[in-house]
Amino acid sequence: MRTSLRGARDAIFWTLCAGALLLVVAPALAIIGSLLQQAWPVLTLHLLTTTTAVDGLQNALLGTLVLCVGILVLAGPIGIAAGVYLAEFGPPARSSWLRLGSETLAGIPSIVVGYVAYLVLDEELHWGYSLLAGILALSAIVLPYIVKTTEVALRQVPTTLREGAAALGLPRHTTLRRVLLPPAIPGIASGLVVALAISVGETAPLLYTVGFSDNNPTPYLFQHPLGYLTYVVFLNATLPTRQEHQVAAAAGVMIVLILIVLIAAGRLIARRAARHAARMAN
Amino acid sequence: MRARQRGSAAVRAAAAGWPGRRRRLADADLSRADRILRTVLLVGTAVPALVLLFITAEMVLSALPALIYAGGDFFTHQLFTFGNLYATGQSVAHGVRAPLGASYGAAPFIIGTIASSAVALVIAVPVSVGAVLALVELVPRPVQPALSVFLELLAGIPSVAYGFWGVLYFGPAMAQHLYPVLTRLGVVLPFMRGPVGAGEGLLTTGFILAVMIIPIIASTTRELVRTVPALAREGALALGMTRYETLRAVTLPYIRSGILAASILGWARAIGETMAVLMISGDLLNTLPANIYSPFSSIAATIVDLLDSALTDPTGMAVHALAAIGVVLLVISLASNLVGRLLIRRVALGALPVGRGI
Repeated sequence: MRTSLRGARDAIFWTLCAGALLLVVAPALAIIGSLLQQAWPVLTLHLLTTTTAVDGLQNALLGTLVLCVGILVLAGPIGIAAGVYLAEFGPPARSSWLRLGSETLAGIPSIVVGYVAYLVLDEELHWGYSLLAGILALSAIVLPYIVKTTEVALRQVPTTLREGAAALGLPRHTTLRRVLLPPAIPGIASGLVVALAISVGETAPLLYTVGFSDNNPTPYLFQHPLGYLTYVVFLNATLPTRQEHQVAAAAGVMIVLILIVLIAAGRLIARRAARHAARMAN
Repeated sequence: MRARQRGSAAVRAAAAGWPGRRRRLADADLSRADRILRTVLLVGTAVPALVLLFITAEMVLSALPALIYAGGDFFTHQLFTFGNLYATGQSVAHGVRAPLGASYGAAPFIIGTIASSAVALVIAVPVSVGAVLALVELVPRPVQPALSVFLELLAGIPSVAYGFWGVLYFGPAMAQHLYPVLTRLGVVLPFMRGPVGAGEGLLTTGFILAVMIIPIIASTTRELVRTVPALAREGALALGMTRYETLRAVTLPYIRSGILAASILGWARAIGETMAVLMISGDLLNTLPANIYSPFSSIAATIVDLLDSALTDPTGMAVHALAAIGVVLLVISLASNLVGRLLIRRVALGALPVGRGI
């Protein structure tokens, strides 16, 4: 009797757990499903050839890509430099403070970053709606992720390699470039992938910094607003007509597609890194 | 000759083992190029910390005038209005001038922010932990990565897409089918009583926020579960415990504080969430929510919503008022992040995600 009671409790518990797993899978499917269902009638090449001034998404897609490039150019090098310092150069006491600063930065709500960027860059420095202001705001949000992944990637490189390099009398910068960075590159790349995934999905820090434009991106960093995909989802979802909802959903589908590409890239990089680590261990 | 000395010192340093000591010894041997490189890297490392300080200082300075104007009423009053921006007269309080009739009471925002994220947490923690246990214990190993993709997807789906789904599909469906049933719980829990509204409000937002923070809690829990010593679990099973009892006796005690830390980090993310809340909350100002279904507004959503009109205030006080509620958000976020991180550090897991589940 007692045994069957225990068995029943076991079964009930694991059924609940399976239900919980379903509750994780279902919303993801439901969201993507509803986006696809809404967007289906407008998912044509027309989206890519016309701008939001008509009913396309060309400017928004290009704008999002421009922001991504900006992140890679600005946040990438700074974040990697910080990660390298924390893993290889920093004295423990100083590193732990700087690390805490970086991790705490990740905890600042994105709207606060957007608000400060808007007040300081767009208003006080008179940049107007500006691409650079948006890139700076996004960089502040993604930097901690790049720092963290770079540091973790370098820490996973076996110490024996450092010792070997030191035994050969290599200067530190050569050790870093020739010995430590190559095996860490997959980890660093996956950090950049995460940074891109965040940038593609953010809205709050961009609303007031880059504004929005129905025209294609311009080469100007200042005084020119920029279109991007998340804004279209936000604005069109609040507009009344079905056509506008469809374009919103189409923008959502594009973001999810970019996301899937990024996730796939992340997995590929991780697999390569695992192979590399296995080779290293032998 | 010099190079050999440098090498031997570095080896001696490396042999010392402990990183701090090794570095200090090796320091003397850094070449000129190494020192330059180290300085450049240090500058890069200072950037995130400086940005953090700058943002915090800028928010606090920007908030001060409005905080002085509102005084203690800031936390207790329900009325948040920029006043009559076109009137000739001005309201003066505590020596600070604002447009006529301006009142900066943040109570509804603060309560709305905390209530919606609390609802999210109550839903997300059991679901995340249950889902991870099912993923690790029930799902065959080859299928696990495929299901983990859903966690990455949930983490990556932009908050505006959550908002889109919540306001057009999820909210209305819940208001029609689930919420009328939930009102029966009103007998025991007064805040569950109707009316249920149209699906824009606290509970709907709580559900959506829960889905958004599940990846954070779940991915951390997944890493934690993998650290549980297999021997202890096998021992429990060998004693004849069921898998549920093993979980209660071995796994959960081992990962409990880690789950707590992950939950705090998830909560910190939920209170700062902006766009989804703006789209689903129903955006009710100046009123406290009457029940769990009623519309509300959060701090983050209000900042986005009102910044446009705040800029038209000739005294500039409206912008300060938004900074003031922003500071409340910032303080709660930073405090909970710090607590969560210190807890995580105590569980000693270096490779945990920094704040989002990706």
